Amino acid sequence: MFQIYCPYCEELREEEEFHPKGEAHIARPLDPEACSDEEWGDYLFFRDNPRGVHHELWVHAVGCRKFFNITRHTVSYEILETYRMGEQPTITAESVSGDLAGRESAATARQEGVRA
Amino acid sequence: MSQPNRLVRGGRIDRTRTLSFTFNGQAYQGHAGDTLASALLANGVDIVNRSFKYSRPRGIVAAGAEEPNAVVQLGASEAGQVPNVRATQQALFDGLSARSTNGWPNVQRDLMGLVGKLGGQFMPPGFYYKTFMAPASLWMTYEKYIRKSAGLGRSPAEADPDIYDHLHRHCDVLVIGAGPAGLTAALAAARSGARVILCDEQEELGGSLLDSRELLDDESASEWLATVVAELSGRHNVTLLPRTTANGYHDHNFVTLHERRTEHLAETAPLANGHRQVRSRLHRVRAGRVILATGTHERPLVYAGNDVPGNLLAGAVSTYIRRYGVVPGQKLVLSTSNDHAYRAALDWQEAGREVVAIVDAREAPDGELVDQARSRGIRVVTGSAVIEAKGEKRVTAARIARVDLDRFAVAGAVEELHCDTIASSGGYSPVIHLASHTGARPTWNDEILGFEPSLVKGVSATGGARGTYALPQVLADGAETGSQAAVACGYTAASVELPRVDAIREGQACALYQVPHEKPTLRAPKQFVDLQNDVTAAGIELATREGFESIEHVKRYTAMGFGTDQGKLGNINGMAIAARCLGRTIPEVGTTVFRPNYTPVTFGAIVGRHCGELFDPERYTALHQWHVEHGAEFEDVGQWKRPWYYPQRVAGKLETMHEAVARECRAVREAVGILDASTLGKIDIQGPDAREFLGRIYTNKWEKLAVGKCRYGLMCKDDGMVTDDGVTSCLADNHFVMTTTTGGAAAILEWLELWHQTEWPELDVTFTSVTDHWATMTITGPESRKLLAELTDIDLDRDSFKFMDWREGKVAGVPARVFRISFTGELTFEINVQAHYAMHVWKALFEHGEKYGLTPYGTETMHVLRAEKGFIIVGQDTDGSVTPEDLGMQWCVGYDKPFSWIGKRALTRSDTARENRKQLVGLKPKDKAVVLEEGAQIVLDPKHPVPVPMVGHVTSSYYSPTLDSGFALAVVKGGHQKLGETVYLPMADGQVHEAEIVSPIFVDPKGERQHV
Amino acid sequence: MSNVNIYDSRADAAIPAESPLAFSYHRSGAPAAGAASRVVLRERPFLGHLILRGGAIVLDEAVRDELGMNLPGRPQGLVLDASGERSIQWLSPDEWLLIVPGGEEFALEGRLRERLGDASFAIVNVSGGQTLLELEGDAVPELLMKSVIYDAHPQHFPVGKGVTTVFAKTTTILRRPDESRWELVIRRSFADYCYRWLLDAGEEYAIGVVAA
Repeated sequence: MFQIYCPYCEELREEEEFHPKGEAHIARPLDPEACSDEEWGDYLFFRDNPRGVHHELWVHAVGCRKFFNITRHTVSYEILETYRMGEQPTITAESVSGDLAGRESAATARQEGVRA
Repeated sequence: MSQPNRLVRGGRIDRTRTLSFTFNGQAYQGHAGDTLASALLANGVDIVNRSFKYSRPRGIVAAGAEEPNAVVQLGASEAGQVPNVRATQQALFDGLSARSTNGWPNVQRDLMGLVGKLGGQFMPPGFYYKTFMAPASLWMTYEKYIRKSAGLGRSPAEADPDIYDHLHRHCDVLVIGAGPAGLTAALAAARSGARVILCDEQEELGGSLLDSRELLDDESASEWLATVVAELSGRHNVTLLPRTTANGYHDHNFVTLHERRTEHLAETAPLANGHRQVRSRLHRVRAGRVILATGTHERPLVYAGNDVPGNLLAGAVSTYIRRYGVVPGQKLVLSTSNDHAYRAALDWQEAGREVVAIVDAREAPDGELVDQARSRGIRVVTGSAVIEAKGEKRVTAARIARVDLDRFAVAGAVEELHCDTIASSGGYSPVIHLASHTGARPTWNDEILGFEPSLVKGVSATGGARGTYALPQVLADGAETGSQAAVACGYTAASVELPRVDAIREGQACALYQVPHEKPTLRAPKQFVDLQNDVTAAGIELATREGFESIEHVKRYTAMGFGTDQGKLGNINGMAIAARCLGRTIPEVGTTVFRPNYTPVTFGAIVGRHCGELFDPERYTALHQWHVEHGAEFEDVGQWKRPWYYPQRVAGKLETMHEAVARECRAVREAVGILDASTLGKIDIQGPDAREFLGRIYTNKWEKLAVGKCRYGLMCKDDGMVTDDGVTSCLADNHFVMTTTTGGAAAILEWLELWHQTEWPELDVTFTSVTDHWATMTITGPESRKLLAELTDIDLDRDSFKFMDWREGKVAGVPARVFRISFTGELTFEINVQAHYAMHVWKALFEHGEKYGLTPYGTETMHVLRAEKGFIIVGQDTDGSVTPEDLGMQWCVGYDKPFSWIGKRALTRSDTARENRKQLVGLKPKDKAVVLEEGAQIVLDPKHPVPVPMVGHVTSSYYSPTLDSGFALAVVKGGHQKLGETVYLPMADGQVHEAEIVSPIFVDPKGERQHV
Repeated sequence: MSNVNIYDSRADAAIPAESPLAFSYHRSGAPAAGAASRVVLRERPFLGHLILRGGAIVLDEAVRDELGMNLPGRPQGLVLDASGERSIQWLSPDEWLLIVPGGEEFALEGRLRERLGDASFAIVNVSGGQTLLELEGDAVPELLMKSVIYDAHPQHFPVGKGVTTVFAKTTTILRRPDESRWELVIRRSFADYCYRWLLDAGEEYAIGVVAA
């Protein structure tokens, strides 16, 4: 059960108030008719599923009803930052790459610990 | 009745209060302050269960949550049955009734015990899989008997009379465990001003202080404990929760606590102040910082016969003596790898019973407790261990011998000591369960010979839970950890003066898990690792020989740690054995990861108040009471309760649904019907860009919709598939009201916001739900105009108030918006009023409607009427794979709109544009009496050999009173080109129905009736 | 913003109106409040509820002029006028809930629209769709702990705060207009569920209902 900082309500709120809406920063092509079937298919159906830093779109459904973005580590589930629509993340897979070695090893360790 | 093992003094029980209870039908007595386990031991009850696989007699081993054997079925009444209760954690109350969960026909004489005796070679690990695997069809039969003999407890067959609930709690610092470390941690955090919750799973706060030998500030530990508890309970910023187990540690410091509020009082919760009280409660805690002060579990030693009743943990022996005044036997042999366990022998001797010997695996133990034992004349045998316990239903002797730990071998002559109790201790494991719920793997620490928790953000461990064992250090560590947690939450550290403790110096422990036997492990008498699942050292050795190298695989193969105790006692011993067999170290073999819940949680607490009538919200319209009073049957549509049909009493007999629906349908087609349509989603849309927005979100055009006009719209997702539909009306140039399907209301509002907020924030438009503000009453049928005319000032003339127009005016004196739209194909007026007045308007319509035959109808009739017209219901006739073109609704698609609206591009993707997609058609059964089954598969050639290619399925199917025939809507591959063809619907019972593909519009194909 | 349909959906006082809890009082009754009641519930039905949408700066001036109170600009803000009869609550960065005595809402909407002129804003009357419940008594914080996931500890939820959050399995607006009183704004169609939930959860506090 996450606790999520809503950048509009400016406080930490319970996950039950939010809905996840998939990967963030998937822009709709400005000219859909100019897209090939393949390009349009990529836009519709293909998403990243990284192990590590991931940007996600969420909405504070039971709250301010605003959409915003979350940068989340998909292994530790740590939410690294949340930011408003139209803003860019300050933490990305690249930006944490120095720090990533540590994170990754912790991540790998968890991955291997199959639960009883 | 006597309690042969009860001491005349000592312990924290109240000897003035005697409580009666029964175990397996036999009456016993105990005292207030007892657990069921301590009372059973006081009464000399040795056998509490039969083991899972071998059906061997088992006795109480531990004194806490780690108990693997004394798992009982509680309850005198049927409704009060509770399975899976650890007798060591169940407080005794007067009238308590418990039974063994294993053992058939009973624990003393057990049929399956025979299997157990033959045991060994017949039931290796994987026994059930290997033996009962084939034939698969018989597994159900085997399972029934295996389960009956294994006995996992049973749930009550009657409804639970008790109530349960959840509390959503928030705090700065959650301290789990109220032993010495937890108490000083809570104290430090509380004094800083932080909001603190301190929980502990036991009946009393105090943890190890409850049976401690140490003096704090020159007084017994219980004096200091009382002072600290008094301070904490007096603080408004502290919540103390005894009898509360932290069962799950979830993401971001969300912890679930299970509080047993009345389980220590009676089988069902007694009234409090005349009100029912909650039996058990789940606290859903969100904490700023979590402190794990969960202490340790003692590890038993693994030796032959270590499961015979009378084998106990050394610490449990001390607990029973010091806390409950119970000595669980006459003659004790202690087998240990450490100093701390010596307490058991000292306590035993102080209780006036005989200590036969202390058998210490170390060559030269030299701690204070060792000296004390020696000076009291207790025989201490060094470099040795108990290698085998003798006895069947109770220990009769201990076989001890010198052991060579490096070579894992018995190194000397075996001596047999007569005794009835063997206490063992192989050291202590920090209780890391909660920390590992996060997925963080614990790390092995050679110094403490145990795993330490790995901690995620926001969590700390203190005291025994992180391998700090000496009391002075534990107290200090707790205070420091509590203080740091409070500071991390923004409070200023406060001082905590620690009590002076005359620490008992303890020597270094040695690593001992499995004790060698004269025979090799595979041939020695059984040495149990996991008592609950009957996993032996031999089983683990065999697993490693069969190629299971990862501890996770070994666990699955042997079922080690899979019981309700999750291997609290055995897992580390099992890993040590696997490590020995594989020639590796314990950390190399892997680690052990636990998952929630720490101990079983009753379903009541999980459900809380969300049961019965409050299981799920029921949404009502403003007219609900009228529907109830008029005998409506209700249908669930999402969370809404909608009238389904209104059965009438005809000649003393209530109509069937079929009769009621036929009557309601005829009323609409011939006179006038009324439907409560308030559940449709309604979204108020304002802004100069509202029209532009509609054009992008709907498939059809909106730029020319005039004020006063309504239009049907279809919505797709960007994959081109239909997702919702409804009528949107232009209230003013910059103002629209959109209707959505009943089920889609919330999702569509979110959908609109998604596009507005993420893609088109430049559009000046707002969306507000007005679903609940407006009540909607649909009057429909040829007489509807006449009826409405009696109640309204709106000009209803067919030329001034046309089909697909809306008007404002008063209906029955109430301001209303009336929409001339139709979902039945008949002349229809949808009357919208503020919901507070809906009942008034509805009743007024009935006052005037009687002479026109005004008939209320429900969703079933609505479905029939709309299907007769070929009007789709999104989600019934569509399933997320249907395009507007598949529905034959090209008339509702604005192909030439300038903006590439949501869904447009996908319509030309190869898969969406291909021929032979499933398309919406009507089906007319050849036999008019047949109503096809919704979901029935359609084939072109019923004689085709199996597998028969299926070309579609029925989406909606009803009997039509208007057609006097069954009829259906269906999707059929290439259906639009197949009008007039015959298809077949093979049914499960062997019948094959025949139907003709027809237009989906069955009634009034030209659509004239709605225009009248 | 002009070019919208402004419509007074409130009927004359002579027309009987039913609160969203009418059915609930009928079915579940209303346990009387007594000396032992540690929670007292009172419905305040038929108030005027308006949703205001737009930029804070634009709306603030109009609201101040018309109602004499400041638009709460900070998240979770709740402001009441001197009489306590009128309130404005922050719902989102561009959305506020205005609650006024029943009957005032239509005229107020007109006056606000007048003042706001061509600015970018929206006003929606939602009076028929929700109702306001007042809770008083020393057990209210605990009752709220049973019901809402939001932290309603007085330290975290001072007077003048209001949030939209999860209530049992539905949603509510939770507000604290003064030291002793809590308010729930609930949706009409969920009102019966909320009412039954409150009676059930409040039973151990001898919850009493003061009928509207």
